[in-house]
Amino acid sequence: MAEIKVDCTGETCPIPLVETRKALRKAKEGDIVEVIGTHPSSKKEIPMAVKALGLELIDVEEKEGVWRIRIRR
Amino acid sequence: MADKATIIVHSGDMDKVYSALIIGDGALAMGMEASLYFTFWGLQRLKKGGLEKGPLSKMNMLGLGKWMVKRKMKKAGSASLEKLLQDFKELGGKILACDMTMEIMGIKKEDLRDDLISDYCAVGTYLAEARESKITLFI
Repeated sequence: MAEIKVDCTGETCPIPLVETRKALRKAKEGDIVEVIGTHPSSKKEIPMAVKALGLELIDVEEKEGVWRIRIRR
Repeated sequence: MADKATIIVHSGDMDKVYSALIIGDGALAMGMEASLYFTFWGLQRLKKGGLEKGPLSKMNMLGLGKWMVKRKMKKAGSASLEKLLQDFKELGGKILACDMTMEIMGIKKEDLRDDLISDYCAVGTYLAEARESKITLFI
């Protein structure tokens, strides 16, 4: 099982959402996709997309304005 | 079948093409299907080299307003229209071109970015797409 990292630091709407989706499409079942970013709304909206896609949201963390979201495909 | 969004891109204004592509990309990212139907001024943006050529819908001021907005967007980390369009295709979005507009405005297939276009069609195709869409917008 692979861990795929996506860095969207400094990117704004809709890039973090789109890059997350691109990474999830490339991932295999069981792979973990880790996205980091700074765009505030994406922290809320990436989990919404994960739910809509029926995937598992592992966790969401934020430290000093940088969030990290982990998703299992 | 997945939920679907069908968007008519009637305007060729830069800011409105941004809205259409951002919503289209967002829909695909949220696991929906998405179609963009380019017609009238919107279709001009699918001409080779035409994507970034649209004016700002308000306060364009002969391009000065557009230049200022583009500068601010760059600072904010916004994507280019080209990236949004490439992402739209990569995520499986469908791009439709209005053939009546092509006839009226004398646009030929070879004037357009044919590699991006899934189909050349008319109102029937839009309605066939729209009637099975949860979201349809006219931009």
